[in-house]
Amino acid sequence: MKPTSVAELQEMVRAQPHLRLRGGGSKTALAGAAGAASTLETGGLTGMLQYQPEEFTFTALAGTPLVEIEAELAAHGQYLPFDPPLVEAGATLGGATAAGLSGACRVRYGGLRDFILGVRFVDGQGNLVRSGGKVVKNAAGFDLSKFMAGSLGEFGALVELSFKVFPRPPAYTTLRAQYEKLTEALQALARLANSPLEMFALDLEPSDGGYAIHARLGNPSPEIQAGRIQRLKGLLGGDAQALETPQEAELWRSHREFTWLRPGSTLIKAPLTPSNIPGLESFFQQNGEAAQAQRIYSAAGNVAWIGWQGQAAVLDAALGRMGLSGLALLGPAQRTWYGIRRGEVFAQRVRQALDPQGKFHWSAGG
Amino acid sequence: MDTQSLLHDLAGLIPPQRLLTRPGQVAPFESDALTSYRVRPEAVVLVESQQEVIETVRLCHRYGVPFVARGSGTSLSGGSLPVKGGIVIALNRLNRILRIDPEQRLAVVEPGVINLNVSKAAAPFGLYYAPDPSSQPVCTIGGNLAFNAGGAHCLKYGMTSNHVLALKVVLADGEVVELGSPSLEGIGADLPGLFVGSEGLFGVALEVTLRLLPKPEAFKTVLAAYRSLKTAGDTVAEILRAGLLPGAVEIMDNLAIQAAQAAVNAGYPPDAAGLLIVELDGEAGSVAADFERLMPLIRQSGAYEVRIAADDAERLRIWQGRKSAFSAVGRLSPDYLVQDGVVPRSRLGEALEHIQALSQKYGIRVANVFHAGDGNLHPLVLFDGRQAGAYEQAEKLAHEIVELCIRLEGSITGEHGVGMEKRAFLPAMFAEADVDAMHAIRLQMDPLEIANRGKMFPN
Repeated sequence: MKPTSVAELQEMVRAQPHLRLRGGGSKTALAGAAGAASTLETGGLTGMLQYQPEEFTFTALAGTPLVEIEAELAAHGQYLPFDPPLVEAGATLGGATAAGLSGACRVRYGGLRDFILGVRFVDGQGNLVRSGGKVVKNAAGFDLSKFMAGSLGEFGALVELSFKVFPRPPAYTTLRAQYEKLTEALQALARLANSPLEMFALDLEPSDGGYAIHARLGNPSPEIQAGRIQRLKGLLGGDAQALETPQEAELWRSHREFTWLRPGSTLIKAPLTPSNIPGLESFFQQNGEAAQAQRIYSAAGNVAWIGWQGQAAVLDAALGRMGLSGLALLGPAQRTWYGIRRGEVFAQRVRQALDPQGKFHWSAGG
Repeated sequence: MDTQSLLHDLAGLIPPQRLLTRPGQVAPFESDALTSYRVRPEAVVLVESQQEVIETVRLCHRYGVPFVARGSGTSLSGGSLPVKGGIVIALNRLNRILRIDPEQRLAVVEPGVINLNVSKAAAPFGLYYAPDPSSQPVCTIGGNLAFNAGGAHCLKYGMTSNHVLALKVVLADGEVVELGSPSLEGIGADLPGLFVGSEGLFGVALEVTLRLLPKPEAFKTVLAAYRSLKTAGDTVAEILRAGLLPGAVEIMDNLAIQAAQAAVNAGYPPDAAGLLIVELDGEAGSVAADFERLMPLIRQSGAYEVRIAADDAERLRIWQGRKSAFSAVGRLSPDYLVQDGVVPRSRLGEALEHIQALSQKYGIRVANVFHAGDGNLHPLVLFDGRQAGAYEQAEKLAHEIVELCIRLEGSITGEHGVGMEKRAFLPAMFAEADVDAMHAIRLQMDPLEIANRGKMFPN
């Protein structure tokens, strides 16, 4: 089903017992199957509804591809500071919100949930509900807009979203540093994250038998950049090197589009803090090879992107032991949720209010 | 509602010196910073542990008695006004900073911790807690969280909600739940995001994990004085259009300037019709580069006087004036109402002109202090409550300002919350289905509607 108006979508919700949403289908493990009878595709609800560059806000329909939104913002020197992933793969604004995904460059200003201002969604009874607004500051009513960030289309169908945007930095510089030991790399990560240096991205990944850190700085003006790079080098330690421009862009593109993921792997997002990394790394050292595990610790050690070809139950149990949770995003999803679940009781109460029949609830049992 | 049984059971739980029931004891809790509303609670429980909060909430649920959780009572929307026949759970003594984790840059605190004390505890590690409502030396984290408090630095750093990572809360029916995690990233619906700003209608936060930020290493604070308020407003638009992202952009009008001068002698140009405060903060290199771009804009903006804070002391004095503005207005008028509406930033000038016109129409003075970078107005409507009908007239004017914000596609509140004061306007800003959905959620969290009853939703 592919409604072309909100009213049509409301009708479909009222008529159907079960619904699974699909935006651009870029999060293959989360999106409803294209063309399936119970799949509600948002591709008929596209377009920017309101964009005044001087307001630094926009409102668009949920099915609008991010590539279109980013192009329109870029024409006015603006961008989505939460750096949504899978833009080239066709991600939509609604899909990015429902998946609650932010990319590596969320380090500078925050994640998707920090930029969402308002939503309209159709609840399980087919009612069109609005929360938040279009202005950058708003404390009126319950903040269902933030709630919807990461809601996986399980509490209603997003149809319209308002976001705040920021001026886009004119250029970037990325430094790469290599460490033999994880402890050294984590110390460098902590030094960087606690420094006043305004980094856009700070990623850590296994590399050449050790670990590599990539740190990305904006480049507001060439006059000050040399000094900032020196400072960043000092914090990174060792022989940190700046990447050449094409490689710089390509590196972050690869992180954003997950082109580094091996074919056949499942991509799992696991939120964490840097203190969890040693435990997770020792798990990968023992179990990773058989599962062809890949991983990038992104956002200053706040999220692990894990590529996994092993048994889902093994990773699930490991994350659970560490008190972590995970969500499958791409690839053959044997299960949706990994590790522990937090706040389910609370989420269930919201579901009772917005979708008492559980029409949108698809991930149960995971 | 079985208040007598509740009080009886509470007496078994809370020692008498912390269970206040005599009129003289409970009188200080009759109102918050919105003093025009007063309700005397049946009792005030001065809780000292999370367990006491949980037990008290469970008893309230058992006996169907409404409760209001309260911190320092700085709400400007009547958010912590007691409910008739109900009790107040005073959280100021539940004020332990449980943990500062400099490596992960977070603080775990109880709800009664004072906002500024979080930054003080984090300071030795070069960290701070960014949300800075004007009341930050007294207001508590629990109250900040309930009303999603803002402050002067929201433009760049966001509101309370952007700084709360995880929560332990007791819902109004006594169930204890944990929401969020210490990570900046999450999966699944953003549960802390929904709890923050719920105005105490879901339950009581017991433990809060806050995000800390590295202290900005450099500040540049610029003061520019204008002959017209509109020119000051236009300059804000110019600054934003240039792609600059200051930590704060504030404007005060002449009445507010006079009040601040009288109160703290902030060194403001006393004759300015509009005073613009722009603060750049962050990494030294970027602040210096942004300052080079900012100053030509300010110099060409028609300001008749421009000052740059030479040192920290001068910077703090500028902020002291701004942050004392509300209380300072008390020197100009025995009473005032504060509005907190938001308009799109490009329509600030229009909104201010309209407010001036309203002020003339009613013959009532209105002082303006606002977070210009956010489009968040704070008109202070001055009146003398001793004069018959003065309050009603002031309220009428204030309501016209709220309606103006709705008409301009803004919001009825930017950071003070709906509370008591703006609950009649929730249906003006939202459609029936929107309010119904919010109310349905409220009922799931609090089937008896005992938590902060009467707030946010129209009567």
